[in-house]
Amino acid sequence: MTFSEYISGIFRGLQSLLKGMRVTNHYFFNPREIVTQKYPENRAQLQMFERFKGEVIMPHNEKNEHRCTGCGICEISCPNGSIEVITQTIVTEDGKRKKILDKHIYHLSMCTFCGLCVKNCPSNALDFGQEFEHAVFDRSKLTKVLNKEGSTLMKEVE
Amino acid sequence: MTGNAYDFSIITKNIDQYLVLHWGPSMAATLELVLVGVLYLLIYALVGLLLVYAERRICAFIQCRLGPNRVGPQGIFQTIADFIKLLLKENIRIERADKLLFFIAPFIIIVGSFLAFGTLPFAKGLHALDPDIGLFFIMAATSLGVIGILLAGWSSNSKYSLIGAMRSGAQIVSYELSVGLAMVTMVILTGTLQLSEIIEMQRDGWFIFKGHIPALIAFVILLIAGTAETNRGPFDLAEAESELTAGFHTEYSGIKFAFFFLAEYMNMFVLAAVATTLFLGGWMPLHLGNLQAFNQIMDFIPPLVWFLVKVFAVIYIIMLFKWTYPRLRIDQLLSLEWKYLLPINLFNLILMSVIVLLGLHF
Ligand code: SF4
Ligand code: SF4
Repeated sequence: MTFSEYISGIFRGLQSLLKGMRVTNHYFFNPREIVTQKYPENRAQLQMFERFKGEVIMPHNEKNEHRCTGCGICEISCPNGSIEVITQTIVTEDGKRKKILDKHIYHLSMCTFCGLCVKNCPSNALDFGQEFEHAVFDRSKLTKVLNKEGSTLMKEVE
Repeated sequence: MTGNAYDFSIITKNIDQYLVLHWGPSMAATLELVLVGVLYLLIYALVGLLLVYAERRICAFIQCRLGPNRVGPQGIFQTIADFIKLLLKENIRIERADKLLFFIAPFIIIVGSFLAFGTLPFAKGLHALDPDIGLFFIMAATSLGVIGILLAGWSSNSKYSLIGAMRSGAQIVSYELSVGLAMVTMVILTGTLQLSEIIEMQRDGWFIFKGHIPALIAFVILLIAGTAETNRGPFDLAEAESELTAGFHTEYSGIKFAFFFLAEYMNMFVLAAVATTLFLGGWMPLHLGNLQAFNQIMDFIPPLVWFLVKVFAVIYIIMLFKWTYPRLRIDQLLSLEWKYLLPINLFNLILMSVIVLLGLHF
């Protein structure tokens, strides 16, 4: 290392150090850049992100129809057994026997939000909801039936 | 000079006379000792808590977070709540530690920073000690801290603590040199070690302006080396959380941990105060040439406010260091000192001597 390299090294180092300090200084004097939200106060306006995984839900349309055929693939793909699919066999008007969904049981208390069930469902019946305030006083409340009372299968899925 | 309107020595002298009149000289002296001691302890703890709060807020803002904001308005009581929590926590006794050394290590550290704190001139006449070797005294007192750190590391009987303490030993021994030399550079300019006199000499202009380039270089070096000496980031190898848990105070809990914590922040305060005294005119108001009106307005602001504003400005810079730069490796740390700071410092010393000898300063 020659002497001039030594000197220029010092100045280059100083310059880059000052550059770094300018960035942090800028953030300090511009509180508008703060991204933290004050949670309980802003509950009303709080918008979670689209890819946020709050819980597994089964979307229903306005006619109370869902897309689940009761195939059971989600139950198989769930790594920790958080899903139980209970089906029932009915006879349709034209006399055919058909398996339909009775209860799609989801154990929120065991779910790790891995997303395998949502991804593997062949008829896109599952999705992630944005609800995240799951605290309850009784563990049994964390076991949910995802299909709503009296819901039926959407016509176009069949 | 209107600056004398805020002379605290008048007040202290009055109190002294009053006490002597009522209790006699020896009793009054004892009483004054107790009074000053309690007052300084209070200020010491309060400033320490304030600094911890300030650091947490500042680093939060820099990282685009909010920081503590729940306990009290804007979270100002957060550190007090933390302190109470630490007071109530269990003081874990380490089985195979060296009990005596383990016990006294935090006290050595806190005594070191407290002694240095006592000599700081907060305003005219507002200091507990004003020895004619003030700067030297501060250097000596703050160096006590390293003994505490080494003792803490050794007595904890833990590898993390020992490695942390050894690192900090190597670090402080080398950076002490730069701090000392930077101070000596200024002592050449002032010709005195007494803090009150150094400030008095800056009545017509702060040394950072009067001392030309050497003063500026010395200021920067003092900040860098001082940050290293107080074991703060980016020089916090001694307590590198990610590798050594908490370094030399890994095994400490409760109030003793709080001592280490407080001492670190107060050392930073002392460093900022020394930098302010040496370079930024201590409690002297800012005067600009011959602008009479401007100077009068500046004189109107109490010296204590001036002092605190300057000190906190310097502290802000030191905090920026910590939250901007990544931690140095031990070899980088030592090469920064021995290859860069020390040679520059020595050169700076010569430059300053030449300037003073030729009378080139204002
Ligand atoms: S997200 Fe993963 S863990 Fe949760 S129910 Fe679906 S497959 Fe099971
Ligand atoms: S949710 Fe999807 S995968 Fe699971 S049973 Fe219904 S259709 Fe099959």
